[in-house]
Amino acid sequence: MLLSPALFISAVLFTLGVAGVLFRRNAIVIFMCVELMLNAVNLTFVALAQSLGMGGQVFVFFVMAVAAAEAAVGLAIILAVYRHKQSVSLQTMNLLKDG
Amino acid sequence: MTLTFFRIFGVIAMGSALLCITRKNPVASALWLVVTLFALAALFVLLDAQFIAALQILVYAGAIMVLFLFVIMLLNLGRPGPTDIRGPVGLLTAAVLAGALLLQLRVLGQATLPSSIQLPPGTISALQQQQGIVGSVANPLFDTYLVPFEIASVLLLAAIVGAVVLAKRKL
Repeated sequence: MLLSPALFISAVLFTLGVAGVLFRRNAIVIFMCVELMLNAVNLTFVALAQSLGMGGQVFVFFVMAVAAAEAAVGLAIILAVYRHKQSVSLQTMNLLKDG
Repeated sequence: MTLTFFRIFGVIAMGSALLCITRKNPVASALWLVVTLFALAALFVLLDAQFIAALQILVYAGAIMVLFLFVIMLLNLGRPGPTDIRGPVGLLTAAVLAGALLLQLRVLGQATLPSSIQLPPGTISALQQQQGIVGSVANPLFDTYLVPFEIASVLLLAAIVGAVVLAKRKL
């Protein structure tokens, strides 16, 4: 059965996505890491759909719709921030920080 | 045979994901992410989800990654500059937290499904033979999951309007 290797690959991909979010400062790269995490979850859904029914594959469809919406809005926010700060580094997004 | 191909594409996916998060240049990161998405599409095919694999290539590798590359090039972020990777403290924190998460996910992955809820092997393939590869996804989508499907269309409309409002200089 492919379930166990699929869950392993999914866990590694999700962890790589989390690590990328934690150690990068570029907002666009962090967005790509979020997409990586969503894809890792999709792999789990598809792997479990094999033994638990088609609901998993249908849910992947919804995850893709939400990911597309999130990418469009997120990149628009990055564009708006870039216009103010001339940078997409998270270090410059400190408007709410004290001092 | 299937397991061998599964492992090959899994290694490609994990390796290119690692390269994606470690490349300094955002364009290189995006292209390695495209490689990961293609390898994942291959894994979906091996897991009896051919329609989802086609969607993965059309929607993710096609539309979403083009959007990413478009924004990277619009903002001219591909030029060499100072690295955006955090210092040693940040790297160590990220490694520790990610390691703890991986450990937890591996423990979760060891759990076995109760056999009472498992379908007998080959059920999905039989369903696809009977209803077609697209039909086997479409039937539950427009039947059991009709309300979530309509809500997803509203979500996409809101995202379109939101993206235009956010990205426009002056309304």
